[in-house]
Amino acid sequence: MSSEATAAGHAEEAGGLVFHPMDQFIVKPLFGGDTIEWYTVTNVTLWMGLSILAIIGLMVLGTRRRAIVPSRSQSIGELAYGFVYKMVEDVAGKDAIKFFPYIMTLFMFIVSANFLGLLPMSFATTSHFAVTVVLALAVFLTVTIVGFVKNGVGFLGLFWVSSAPLALRPILALIEIISYFVRPVSHSIRLAGNIMAGHAVLKVFAGFAAIAVVSPLSVVAITAMYGLEVLVAFIQAYVFTILTCVYLKDALHPSH
Amino acid sequence: MATQTHEAAGHAAEAASAPGMPQLDFSNWGNQIFWLLVTLVVIYFVLSRIALPRIAAVLAERQGTITNDIAAAEELKAKAGEAEQAYNKALADARAQAQGIVAEAKAEIQAELDVATAKADAEIAAKAAESEKAIAEVRAGAVEAVKVVAADAAAEIVAAMGSTADEKSVTAAIEARMKG
Repeated sequence: MSSEATAAGHAEEAGGLVFHPMDQFIVKPLFGGDTIEWYTVTNVTLWMGLSILAIIGLMVLGTRRRAIVPSRSQSIGELAYGFVYKMVEDVAGKDAIKFFPYIMTLFMFIVSANFLGLLPMSFATTSHFAVTVVLALAVFLTVTIVGFVKNGVGFLGLFWVSSAPLALRPILALIEIISYFVRPVSHSIRLAGNIMAGHAVLKVFAGFAAIAVVSPLSVVAITAMYGLEVLVAFIQAYVFTILTCVYLKDALHPSH
Repeated sequence: MATQTHEAAGHAAEAASAPGMPQLDFSNWGNQIFWLLVTLVVIYFVLSRIALPRIAAVLAERQGTITNDIAAAEELKAKAGEAEQAYNKALADARAQAQGIVAEAKAEIQAELDVATAKADAEIAAKAAESEKAIAEVRAGAVEAVKVVAADAAAEIVAAMGSTADEKSVTAAIEARMKG
Protein backbone atom coordinates (compact mmCIF):
# COMPACT_ATOMS: atom_id res chain seq x y z
CA MET A 1 0.00 0.00 0.00
CA SER A 2 0.93 3.60 -0.48
CA SER A 3 1.04 4.20 3.27
CA GLU A 4 4.05 1.95 3.64
CA ALA A 5 5.70 3.51 0.63
CA THR A 6 5.28 6.99 2.07
CA ALA A 7 6.43 5.81 5.47
CA ALA A 8 9.60 4.69 3.84
CA GLY A 9 9.80 8.06 2.12
CA HIS A 10 9.45 9.79 5.46
CA ALA A 11 12.34 7.81 6.83
CA GLU A 12 14.54 8.79 3.92
CA GLU A 13 13.72 12.48 4.13
CA ALA A 14 13.75 12.72 7.93
CA GLY A 15 15.42 15.91 9.09
CA GLY A 16 14.95 17.82 5.83
CA LEU A 17 12.02 19.88 4.61
CA VAL A 18 9.24 17.35 4.08
CA PHE A 19 5.99 18.00 2.28
CA HIS A 20 3.42 15.27 2.23
CA PRO A 21 0.27 17.35 2.24
CA MET A 22 -1.84 14.61 0.70
CA ASP A 23 -0.82 11.79 3.05
CA GLN A 24 -3.54 12.79 5.48
CA PHE A 25 -6.14 11.70 2.95
CA ILE A 26 -4.85 8.14 2.55
CA VAL A 27 -7.38 5.47 3.36
CA LYS A 28 -5.78 2.90 5.70
CA PRO A 29 -7.11 -0.30 7.23
CA LEU A 30 -7.60 0.36 10.92
CA PHE A 31 -6.43 -3.04 12.20
CA GLY A 32 -3.50 -3.74 9.92
CA GLY A 33 -3.55 -5.69 6.72
CA ASP A 34 -2.80 -4.56 3.21
CA THR A 35 -5.91 -4.97 1.20
CA ILE A 36 -8.97 -2.77 1.45
CA GLU A 37 -12.07 -4.79 0.69
CA TRP A 38 -15.46 -3.07 0.61
CA TYR A 39 -16.15 -4.25 4.17
CA THR A 40 -12.69 -3.53 5.64
CA VAL A 41 -12.77 -1.35 8.75
CA THR A 42 -10.65 1.66 7.82
CA ASN A 43 -9.97 5.14 9.11
CA VAL A 44 -12.97 6.15 6.98
CA THR A 45 -15.09 3.84 9.11
CA LEU A 46 -13.61 5.27 12.30
CA TRP A 47 -14.23 8.91 11.45
CA MET A 48 -17.66 8.29 9.99
CA GLY A 49 -18.51 6.39 13.15
CA LEU A 50 -17.25 9.31 15.21
CA SER A 51 -19.43 11.68 13.25
CA ILE A 52 -22.42 9.39 13.97
CA LEU A 53 -21.50 9.53 17.65
CA ALA A 54 -21.16 13.31 17.51
CA ILE A 55 -24.60 13.62 15.92
CA ILE A 56 -26.14 11.23 18.46
CA GLY A 57 -24.43 13.15 21.25
CA LEU A 58 -25.77 16.47 20.07
CA MET A 59 -29.20 15.59 18.75
CA VAL A 60 -30.19 12.67 21.00
CA LEU A 61 -28.22 12.88 24.26
CA GLY A 62 -28.19 16.68 24.19
CA THR A 63 -31.97 16.83 23.95
CA ARG A 64 -32.75 13.91 26.28
CA ARG A 65 -34.20 16.15 28.99
CA ARG A 66 -36.70 17.75 26.55
CA ALA A 67 -36.51 20.90 28.62
CA ILE A 68 -38.77 23.86 27.95
CA VAL A 69 -35.83 26.03 28.90
CA PRO A 70 -33.05 24.28 26.98
CA SER A 71 -29.57 23.41 28.20
CA ARG A 72 -26.60 24.45 26.07
CA SER A 73 -26.39 21.25 24.08
CA GLN A 74 -30.14 21.19 23.58
CA SER A 75 -29.96 24.79 22.36
CA ILE A 76 -27.39 23.83 19.75
CA GLY A 77 -29.48 20.86 18.65
CA GLU A 78 -32.55 23.07 18.37
CA LEU A 79 -30.52 25.69 16.54
CA ALA A 80 -29.39 23.10 13.97
CA TYR A 81 -32.95 21.85 13.62
CA GLY A 82 -34.38 25.33 13.20
CA PHE A 83 -31.61 26.36 10.81
CA VAL A 84 -32.17 23.48 8.39
CA TYR A 85 -35.96 23.47 8.84
CA LYS A 86 -36.20 27.15 7.98
CA MET A 87 -33.85 26.69 5.06
CA VAL A 88 -35.97 23.88 3.61
CA GLU A 89 -39.17 25.86 4.19
CA ASP A 90 -37.87 29.15 2.79
CA VAL A 91 -35.89 27.84 -0.17
CA ALA A 92 -37.75 24.71 -1.26
CA GLY A 93 -41.23 25.61 -0.06
CA LYS A 94 -43.73 24.21 2.43
CA ASP A 95 -44.36 21.01 0.47
CA ALA A 96 -40.65 20.15 0.71
CA ILE A 97 -40.93 19.70 4.48
CA LYS A 98 -41.38 15.95 4.06
CA PHE A 99 -37.81 15.84 2.73
CA PHE A 100 -36.57 17.61 5.85
CA PRO A 101 -35.18 14.50 7.62
CA TYR A 102 -33.29 13.60 4.45
CA ILE A 103 -31.77 17.07 4.10
CA MET A 104 -31.07 17.21 7.83
CA THR A 105 -29.17 13.92 7.51
CA LEU A 106 -27.00 15.37 4.74
CA PHE A 107 -26.38 18.59 6.65
CA MET A 108 -25.58 16.92 9.96
CA PHE A 109 -23.26 14.39 8.34
CA ILE A 110 -21.34 17.01 6.33
CA VAL A 111 -21.08 19.54 9.13
CA SER A 112 -19.95 16.98 11.72
CA ALA A 113 -17.50 15.32 9.31
CA ASN A 114 -16.09 18.72 8.37
CA PHE A 115 -15.56 19.77 11.96
CA LEU A 116 -14.20 16.39 13.05
CA GLY A 117 -11.81 16.58 10.09
CA LEU A 118 -10.39 19.77 11.59
CA LEU A 119 -9.15 17.93 14.69
CA PRO A 120 -5.39 17.37 14.53
CA MET A 121 -4.42 13.87 13.31
CA SER A 122 -7.98 13.27 12.14
CA PHE A 123 -9.25 12.11 8.80
CA ALA A 124 -11.60 14.34 6.81
CA THR A 125 -14.11 12.00 5.20
CA THR A 126 -15.73 14.82 3.25
CA SER A 127 -12.45 15.56 1.49
CA HIS A 128 -12.93 12.40 -0.57
CA PHE A 129 -14.68 12.48 -3.89
CA ALA A 130 -15.96 8.98 -3.19
CA VAL A 131 -18.03 10.45 -0.35
CA THR A 132 -19.15 13.71 -1.91
CA VAL A 133 -19.94 12.13 -5.28
CA VAL A 134 -22.25 9.66 -3.56
CA LEU A 135 -23.90 12.47 -1.62
CA ALA A 136 -24.31 14.63 -4.72
CA LEU A 137 -25.55 11.73 -6.84
CA ALA A 138 -28.05 10.80 -4.15
CA VAL A 139 -29.37 14.36 -4.25
CA PHE A 140 -29.35 14.39 -8.06
CA LEU A 141 -31.22 11.09 -8.35
CA THR A 142 -33.72 11.99 -5.65
CA VAL A 143 -34.44 15.36 -7.19
CA THR A 144 -34.82 13.91 -10.70
CA ILE A 145 -37.09 11.09 -9.55
CA VAL A 146 -39.17 13.41 -7.38
CA GLY A 147 -39.43 15.85 -10.28
CA PHE A 148 -40.81 13.22 -12.64
CA VAL A 149 -43.07 11.62 -10.04
CA LYS A 150 -44.56 14.96 -9.00
CA ASN A 151 -44.85 16.63 -12.38
CA GLY A 152 -44.69 13.79 -14.90
CA VAL A 153 -43.48 15.00 -18.30
CA GLY A 154 -44.13 18.54 -17.08
CA PHE A 155 -40.80 18.32 -15.26
CA LEU A 156 -39.12 18.73 -18.66
CA GLY A 157 -40.59 22.26 -18.64
CA LEU A 158 -37.62 23.05 -16.41
CA PHE A 159 -35.49 22.95 -19.57
CA TRP A 160 -37.96 24.76 -21.81
CA VAL A 161 -37.67 28.46 -20.92
CA SER A 162 -41.14 29.65 -21.92
CA SER A 163 -40.33 33.28 -21.18
CA ALA A 164 -37.59 33.37 -23.85
CA PRO A 165 -38.23 33.97 -27.58
CA LEU A 166 -39.22 30.77 -29.37
CA ALA A 167 -36.10 30.75 -31.57
CA LEU A 168 -33.81 30.83 -28.54
CA ARG A 169 -35.60 28.11 -26.62
CA PRO A 170 -33.89 25.05 -28.15
CA ILE A 171 -30.48 26.57 -27.49
CA LEU A 172 -31.48 27.52 -23.94
CA ALA A 173 -32.88 24.02 -23.47
CA LEU A 174 -29.51 22.55 -24.43
CA ILE A 175 -27.72 24.85 -22.00
CA GLU A 176 -30.23 24.06 -19.26
CA ILE A 177 -29.82 20.32 -19.79
CA ILE A 178 -26.04 20.57 -19.66
CA SER A 179 -26.21 22.70 -16.52
CA TYR A 180 -28.63 20.21 -15.00
CA PHE A 181 -26.24 17.32 -15.53
CA VAL A 182 -23.24 19.35 -14.36
CA ARG A 183 -24.99 19.95 -11.03
CA PRO A 184 -23.84 16.74 -9.29
CA VAL A 185 -20.29 17.34 -10.52
CA SER A 186 -20.07 20.88 -9.14
CA HIS A 187 -22.05 19.90 -6.09
CA SER A 188 -19.57 17.18 -5.13
CA ILE A 189 -16.30 18.77 -6.24
CA ARG A 190 -17.11 22.03 -4.43
CA LEU A 191 -17.31 20.28 -1.06
CA ALA A 192 -14.44 17.84 -1.42
CA GLY A 193 -12.24 20.41 -3.14
CA ASN A 194 -12.71 23.01 -0.42
CA ILE A 195 -12.03 20.62 2.42
CA MET A 196 -9.11 18.94 0.67
CA ALA A 197 -7.48 22.24 -0.34
CA GLY A 198 -7.80 23.71 3.14
CA HIS A 199 -6.33 20.65 4.82
CA ALA A 200 -3.52 20.42 2.28
CA VAL A 201 -2.62 24.09 2.79
CA LEU A 202 -2.55 23.54 6.55
CA LYS A 203 -0.14 20.64 6.04
CA VAL A 204 2.09 22.68 3.74
CA PHE A 205 2.32 25.48 6.31
CA ALA A 206 3.01 22.86 8.97
CA GLY A 207 5.85 21.54 6.79
CA PHE A 208 7.44 25.02 6.80
CA ALA A 209 7.41 24.99 10.59
CA ALA A 210 10.41 22.64 10.43
CA ILE A 211 12.62 25.60 9.42
CA ALA A 212 13.38 27.54 12.60
CA VAL A 213 13.49 30.97 10.92
CA VAL A 214 10.08 30.68 9.29
CA SER A 215 8.40 28.66 12.00
CA PRO A 216 6.81 31.61 13.91
CA LEU A 217 5.33 32.87 10.66
CA SER A 218 4.26 29.35 9.83
CA VAL A 219 2.48 28.93 13.16
CA VAL A 220 0.68 32.24 12.67
CA ALA A 221 -0.30 31.18 9.16
CA ILE A 222 -1.57 27.82 10.40
CA THR A 223 -3.63 29.56 13.06
CA ALA A 224 -5.13 31.95 10.54
CA MET A 225 -5.79 29.16 8.04
CA TYR A 226 -7.36 27.07 10.77
CA GLY A 227 -9.75 29.89 11.59
CA LEU A 228 -10.64 30.14 7.94
CA GLU A 229 -11.11 26.38 7.73
CA VAL A 230 -13.53 26.46 10.66
CA LEU A 231 -15.60 28.91 8.65
CA VAL A 232 -15.24 26.83 5.49
CA ALA A 233 -16.30 23.68 7.35
CA PHE A 234 -19.61 25.28 8.21
CA ILE A 235 -20.10 27.27 5.03
CA GLN A 236 -19.53 24.26 2.78
CA ALA A 237 -22.07 22.22 4.72
CA TYR A 238 -24.45 25.16 4.42
CA VAL A 239 -23.80 25.56 0.69
CA PHE A 240 -24.28 21.85 0.03
CA THR A 241 -27.57 21.88 1.96
CA ILE A 242 -28.97 25.04 0.45
CA LEU A 243 -28.12 23.83 -3.08
CA THR A 244 -29.96 20.62 -2.26
CA CYS A 245 -32.94 22.75 -1.28
CA VAL A 246 -32.68 24.78 -4.49
CA TYR A 247 -32.59 21.62 -6.60
CA LEU A 248 -35.52 20.24 -4.66
CA LYS A 249 -37.47 23.42 -5.33
CA ASP A 250 -36.81 22.94 -9.06
CA ALA A 251 -38.16 19.42 -8.80
CA LEU A 252 -41.30 20.44 -6.93
CA HIS A 253 -42.00 23.62 -8.91
CA PRO A 254 -40.27 23.28 -12.31
CA SER A 255 -41.77 26.43 -13.84
CA HIS A 256 -39.33 29.25 -14.46
CA MET B 1 -17.77 -9.37 -6.43
CA ALA B 2 -17.36 -6.77 -9.10
CA THR B 3 -15.86 -4.27 -6.67
CA GLN B 4 -13.07 -6.63 -5.85
CA THR B 5 -11.96 -6.82 -9.45
CA HIS B 6 -12.21 -3.02 -9.58
CA GLU B 7 -10.09 -2.82 -6.51
CA ALA B 8 -7.55 -5.15 -7.94
CA ALA B 9 -7.31 -2.90 -10.98
CA GLY B 10 -7.13 0.10 -8.68
CA HIS B 11 -4.18 -1.33 -6.76
CA ALA B 12 -2.27 -1.73 -9.97
CA ALA B 13 -3.06 1.83 -11.04
CA GLU B 14 -2.11 3.15 -7.65
CA ALA B 15 1.18 1.38 -7.64
CA ALA B 16 1.98 3.23 -10.84
CA SER B 17 1.13 6.67 -9.42
CA ALA B 18 2.02 6.35 -5.75
CA PRO B 19 2.25 9.95 -4.50
CA GLY B 20 -0.76 11.46 -6.34
CA MET B 21 -4.10 12.34 -4.84
CA PRO B 22 -5.46 9.60 -2.56
CA GLN B 23 -8.89 10.90 -3.59
CA LEU B 24 -8.34 9.55 -7.09
CA ASP B 25 -7.31 6.11 -5.85
CA PHE B 26 -10.43 4.33 -7.01
CA SER B 27 -9.42 1.06 -5.33
CA ASN B 28 -10.90 2.15 -2.00
CA TRP B 29 -14.04 3.85 -3.37
CA GLY B 30 -16.09 0.74 -2.73
CA ASN B 31 -15.00 0.73 0.88
CA GLN B 32 -15.74 4.42 1.39
CA ILE B 33 -19.09 4.24 -0.37
CA PHE B 34 -20.11 1.21 1.68
CA TRP B 35 -19.27 2.88 4.98
CA LEU B 36 -20.80 6.16 3.84
CA LEU B 37 -24.09 4.44 3.06
CA VAL B 38 -24.02 2.69 6.44
CA THR B 39 -23.31 6.04 8.13
CA LEU B 40 -26.04 7.88 6.27
CA VAL B 41 -28.62 5.19 7.00
CA VAL B 42 -27.71 5.20 10.70
CA ILE B 43 -27.83 9.00 10.89
CA TYR B 44 -31.10 9.05 8.96
CA PHE B 45 -32.77 6.62 11.34
CA VAL B 46 -31.38 8.26 14.46
CA LEU B 47 -32.56 11.67 13.27
CA SER B 48 -35.93 10.76 11.79
CA ARG B 49 -36.94 8.27 14.51
CA ILE B 50 -35.55 9.90 17.66
CA ALA B 51 -33.97 13.31 17.39
CA LEU B 52 -36.19 15.26 15.00
CA PRO B 53 -39.58 14.24 16.46
CA ARG B 54 -38.23 14.95 19.92
CA ILE B 55 -36.94 18.41 19.01
CA ALA B 56 -40.13 19.17 17.08
CA ALA B 57 -42.16 18.19 20.16
CA VAL B 58 -39.99 20.33 22.43
CA LEU B 59 -40.26 23.33 20.11
CA ALA B 60 -44.03 22.89 19.75
CA GLU B 61 -44.39 22.53 23.49
CA ARG B 62 -42.33 25.65 24.07
CA GLN B 63 -44.36 27.56 21.50
CA GLY B 64 -47.54 26.33 23.19
CA THR B 65 -46.27 27.34 26.61
CA ILE B 66 -45.30 30.78 25.38
CA THR B 67 -48.65 31.26 23.67
CA ASN B 68 -50.49 30.10 26.78
CA ASP B 69 -48.44 32.34 29.02
CA ILE B 70 -49.08 35.34 26.81
CA ALA B 71 -52.80 34.54 26.74
CA ALA B 72 -52.85 34.13 30.53
CA ALA B 73 -51.00 37.42 30.93
CA GLU B 74 -53.51 39.17 28.65
CA GLU B 75 -56.35 37.68 30.65
CA LEU B 76 -54.83 38.79 33.94
CA LYS B 77 -54.28 42.25 32.53
CA ALA B 78 -57.92 42.45 31.45
CA LYS B 79 -58.98 41.24 34.88
CA ALA B 80 -56.82 43.86 36.58
CA GLY B 81 -58.37 46.54 34.36
CA GLU B 82 -61.84 45.32 35.24
CA ALA B 83 -61.01 45.31 38.93
CA GLU B 84 -59.68 48.83 38.68
CA GLN B 85 -62.83 49.98 36.93
CA ALA B 86 -65.00 48.28 39.53
CA TYR B 87 -62.97 49.92 42.29
CA ASN B 88 -63.28 53.35 40.72
CA LYS B 89 -66.99 52.83 40.26
CA ALA B 90 -67.41 51.73 43.87
CA LEU B 91 -65.44 54.75 45.01
CA ALA B 92 -67.56 57.13 42.95
CA ASP B 93 -70.73 55.45 44.19
CA ALA B 94 -69.62 55.71 47.79
CA ARG B 95 -68.75 59.36 47.30
CA ALA B 96 -72.11 60.13 45.76
CA GLN B 97 -73.87 58.23 48.50
CA ALA B 98 -71.92 60.07 51.17
CA GLN B 99 -72.82 63.39 49.61
CA GLY B 100 -76.47 62.35 49.53
CA ILE B 101 -76.36 61.35 53.16
CA VAL B 102 -74.69 64.61 54.12
CA ALA B 103 -77.27 66.66 52.22
CA GLU B 104 -80.11 64.65 53.75
CA ALA B 105 -78.72 65.08 57.24
CA LYS B 106 -78.25 68.76 56.63
CA ALA B 107 -81.83 69.16 55.46
CA GLU B 108 -83.12 67.15 58.43
CA ILE B 109 -81.12 69.20 60.89
CA GLN B 110 -82.25 72.40 59.20
CA ALA B 111 -85.88 71.33 59.49
CA GLU B 112 -85.47 70.39 63.13
CA LEU B 113 -83.69 73.65 63.77
CA ASP B 114 -86.47 75.61 62.09
CA VAL B 115 -89.10 73.84 64.16
CA ALA B 116 -87.14 74.44 67.36
CA THR B 117 -86.56 78.09 66.45
CA ALA B 118 -90.26 78.64 65.75
CA LYS B 119 -91.17 76.94 69.00
CA ALA B 120 -88.65 78.99 70.93
CA ASP B 121 -89.88 82.19 69.24
CA ALA B 122 -93.47 81.34 70.19
CA GLU B 123 -92.45 80.59 73.77
CA ILE B 124 -90.45 83.78 73.98
CA ALA B 125 -93.43 85.76 72.61
CA ALA B 126 -95.77 84.13 75.11
CA LYS B 127 -93.38 84.79 77.98
CA ALA B 128 -92.93 88.42 76.90
CA ALA B 129 -96.69 88.93 76.77
CA GLU B 130 -97.07 87.37 80.21
CA SER B 131 -94.33 89.58 81.60
CA GLU B 132 -95.87 92.66 80.06
CA LYS B 133 -99.21 91.75 81.61
CA ALA B 134 -97.52 91.24 84.97
CA ILE B 135 -95.72 94.55 84.66
CA ALA B 136 -99.01 96.25 83.74
CA GLU B 137 -100.65 94.68 86.77
CA VAL B 138 -97.78 95.76 88.98
CA ARG B 139 -97.89 99.21 87.50
CA ALA B 140 -101.68 99.42 88.06
CA GLY B 141 -101.17 98.13 91.58
CA ALA B 142 -98.48 100.77 92.16
CA VAL B 143 -100.71 103.57 90.90
CA GLU B 144 -103.48 102.48 93.28
CA ALA B 145 -100.95 102.29 96.11
CA VAL B 146 -99.63 105.72 95.22
CA LYS B 147 -103.22 107.06 95.27
CA VAL B 148 -103.85 105.55 98.69
CA VAL B 149 -100.49 106.72 100.04
CA ALA B 150 -100.99 110.20 98.51
CA ALA B 151 -104.48 110.44 99.97
CA ASP B 152 -103.22 109.38 103.42
CA ALA B 153 -100.25 111.70 103.14
CA ALA B 154 -102.46 114.57 101.97
CA ALA B 155 -104.94 113.95 104.81
CA GLU B 156 -102.10 113.87 107.37
CA ILE B 157 -100.55 117.02 105.90
CA VAL B 158 -103.94 118.76 105.94
CA ALA B 159 -104.50 117.62 109.54
CA ALA B 160 -101.11 118.87 110.53
CA MET B 161 -101.99 122.24 109.07
CA GLY B 162 -105.04 122.26 111.40
CA SER B 163 -107.88 121.62 109.14
CA THR B 164 -109.81 118.64 108.18
CA ALA B 165 -109.87 117.49 104.68
CA ASP B 166 -112.72 115.61 103.36
CA GLU B 167 -111.88 112.47 101.65
CA LYS B 168 -113.73 113.34 98.45
CA SER B 169 -111.83 116.45 97.60
CA VAL B 170 -108.44 114.87 98.43
CA THR B 171 -109.11 112.06 96.13
CA ALA B 172 -110.25 114.40 93.39
CA ALA B 173 -107.14 116.50 93.82
CA ILE B 174 -104.92 113.47 93.64
CA GLU B 175 -106.73 112.21 90.55
CA ALA B 176 -106.22 115.64 88.96
CA ARG B 177 -102.48 115.60 89.84
CA MET B 178 -101.96 112.06 88.70
CA LYS B 179 -103.41 112.89 85.31
CA GLY B 180 -100.87 115.53 85.37
